[in-house]
Amino acid sequence: MKKFRRLRSFMIGAPLLVIVLYVLGFLGIEPIHLLETSFMAMTPLILAAIGETLNERSGIVNIGLEGIFLVTSVTGVYLAEVTGNGIGGIILGGALIGALIGFFFGLISTYGRAAQVIAGMGLNLIGLGLVPFLMMAFWAFPGIHIFDPDLRIKTIDIIMGDHVFRLSPITLFAVICVILVDALLYRTLLGIRIQAAGEKPEALDVAGFNVNLTRLLASTICGGLTGIGGAFMPLGWFGGLVKEITAGRGFIALAATVFSGLDPVLAAISSFIFGFSEGLAFTFMVTPGVKEAIPYYFVNMIPYIVTILALAFIGSKRFPKALGKPYIRE
Amino acid sequence: MFAIINNLKKPLIESLIAVLIGFLGGAILMVAFGYDPILAYSALLRGSVLSIDGILESLANAVPLMLTGLTFAIGVRSGYFNVGAEGQAYMGAIGAVIIGSAISLPPGIHLVIATLFAMLLGALWSLPVSALKAWRGVHEVVSTIMLNWIALFLVRYLIEYHYYEPGRAERALPALQTARYDVLGASLTSIIYVTIGFTLFTYFLLWRSTIGYELRLTGSNPEAARYVGVSSVKVIFLNFFIGGLAAGLAGASQVLGRPPAWTIYKTLGNVINLGFNGIGVALVGRNNPVGIIFSAIFLGILSYGARFMQYQGIDPDLTVAINGIIVVSLSLPELYTLIKRFVAGGR
Repeated sequence: MKKFRRLRSFMIGAPLLVIVLYVLGFLGIEPIHLLETSFMAMTPLILAAIGETLNERSGIVNIGLEGIFLVTSVTGVYLAEVTGNGIGGIILGGALIGALIGFFFGLISTYGRAAQVIAGMGLNLIGLGLVPFLMMAFWAFPGIHIFDPDLRIKTIDIIMGDHVFRLSPITLFAVICVILVDALLYRTLLGIRIQAAGEKPEALDVAGFNVNLTRLLASTICGGLTGIGGAFMPLGWFGGLVKEITAGRGFIALAATVFSGLDPVLAAISSFIFGFSEGLAFTFMVTPGVKEAIPYYFVNMIPYIVTILALAFIGSKRFPKALGKPYIRE
Repeated sequence: MFAIINNLKKPLIESLIAVLIGFLGGAILMVAFGYDPILAYSALLRGSVLSIDGILESLANAVPLMLTGLTFAIGVRSGYFNVGAEGQAYMGAIGAVIIGSAISLPPGIHLVIATLFAMLLGALWSLPVSALKAWRGVHEVVSTIMLNWIALFLVRYLIEYHYYEPGRAERALPALQTARYDVLGASLTSIIYVTIGFTLFTYFLLWRSTIGYELRLTGSNPEAARYVGVSSVKVIFLNFFIGGLAAGLAGASQVLGRPPAWTIYKTLGNVINLGFNGIGVALVGRNNPVGIIFSAIFLGILSYGARFMQYQGIDPDLTVAINGIIVVSLSLPELYTLIKRFVAGGR
C-alpha cells in the first residue's frame, strides 16, 4: 500500500512536472531558475514536514512549527555571526535551539499533559513576538538585518549548458534526512516504538517502554529538523533577515505533513509541490512580460492558494489513534 | 452566590497564575538580554494606567482585541480552533475603507452601512474555511492561516491600486467625517459601545438561545450533539460566520473608530497581530464573553503600555511573546493543581 502510493506519486508527478516546465517555457519562464528556486523553497518545508511526520506518528501534534522557524531564523543568523561561520549558525542557532524548543514542547505535551493545539499556537505567538525583540536586542535595529555575505552557505554550482544551477548543500542534507527518517520509522525498533506510541500507547507501555520518553524524543528531533529549516532561510537562501521571513511556511509544512498522510517520502514530495508553487511565484515576479501583467500581490498568493486547493483535493486522511492525546496510565 | 464564587475561583486563579508566568517569562527575557525588567514594567504601567489619556488609549486598544478574542472563543465553544480572526480583521478594515472612505452617504446611515459591510466582509472570508471543513474535512488551522496570508496580499493590493490616499500612498483613504464614530477622549471612540454590545449579544446567543446551546453541545460533546440531531454543517458555518462578523468589526474599528489616522496603512501595521493576540484574550477570559471584556482590557493595557518600554530599547512586540507564554501556560490543564502542590510543598 505504502509502496503503491509512493510509486503512483512518482508515476503521475514526474511526467506532470516535465509537461508543466515545458508549457511554462513557452511563456518565457526559465525552467532552470524555476527549479533552483523551487529547491530552495522546498528545503525548509521538507525538514519541518518530516520532523512533524515523526512527531505526529508518535502521537504529538505540534502546530508551532512556524514559531520554531521564526526563532531559529534569528538565532541562526546571530550564532553564525558569533561563530563566524554559516554552518555554525545552522548547527547551533538552528538545530540546537530548535531541538531545545522541540524538547520543551514535548515535555509539556507529555508530562505536562498540555492541550497540544493551544500550546502550539502559543509557541507561534512566542515566535511572533520574540523575533522583533531579539532583532532589537542583537542588532539594535528594528525589523531588518543584513549580514556579512561570507556567512552565507556556499552553494554547489552545477553548470548546465549556458546556465548555472545553484544547489544548496542543505537541500541535499534535507533529502538525506528524508531517507534516514524513512528508514528510522519503518526499519528500526525505535521507529516501531514511535508508531506504537501514536497508535496504541498502552501496548507500548505494557511491553515495558516509556511512552512519554518516546514521544519526547520524536518531538526533540522534530524541533531540531525544523530549526535547521528556520536557520536555512536567511543563511542558505535569502542572504538577509526580515521580521516576516518565514511567511507562514511553518503552516505550509504542516499542510505537507497532512497532505502526505504521515509518510516521510510523500511528505517530501508534497513539500516539493508546495516549494514549486513558491518557486513559480518568485519566477513570475522577475519574468519580463509576466511581472507587468499580473500585480505582484496576486503572484504572492500562489503558494497559499495551492496549499488550500491541495488539501481540499485530498480531503481528510487517517491519523494515529492517540494523536494529540496525552498518555495517562490507567 | 457562594457557589458562583467557588465556581469562578479556580479559572480566575488559573488565569492570574498564567499572567504572572507570562510577566515572569518576559522579565527573564529582558534580564537575559541586559535590560532592566523593573524599569521596563514600571514604564509600561506608568504610561498605560497612571494617566487619564493612558487609560483611554488602553481601552481603545482593548476594543479590537475583545472582538478577535470573541472570534476564537466562539470557535472553541463550538469545538473548532479558529485562528482566522487575523485575516478577517484585514478584510473588515478594507471593507470599512471601501464604504466609509470611498463612498459618500448621508450621515448616520453611512456609519451603519460601513460597519455592517465591514463585518459582512470579515464573515464572508470565513466561508471557504467552513466549506472546506464541512465537506472536505480540511483542518481549520491550516485553511485559516492560508486565508490570512491571502487576505494580507489582497488588502495590500486594494490599497496600492484602488484605495490609496492621494499624496500619501503609504496608506488607504481615511474614513469620511460621516463615517466616523464620536471621539470620547484621546483615541477612544463610541465604537466601544458597539463592541461591548456585540460581546453581550454573543453571550446571550451562546447561553440563552437554542442555536447557542447547539453550538456549545457540539463543542463539549460532539457525539451527543449528533445523537440529538444537531447538524454539524450548520454548527460549522454558524460559528465561523459569527466569528467572522466579530473579526470584521475588529478591523473596522481601526478605520471608523480610531483617530488620528482613521485608516489603515499599506503595511497593515495597525491591524497586524490583532487576530493572534485575540487567542490570548479568549483564553485568559476563559472563552467567556464577559471574561473576555476584562481580559481584553488587560491586554489593551499591556499592548498600549508596551510602547513606553521602547525608551529602554525594548521592542514593544515583546508583549506578543508574553501573550504567547500566557497561552502556553493556559494549555496546561493542571496548572492550578501543580501550583497548589508546589505552594503546599514549599511551606
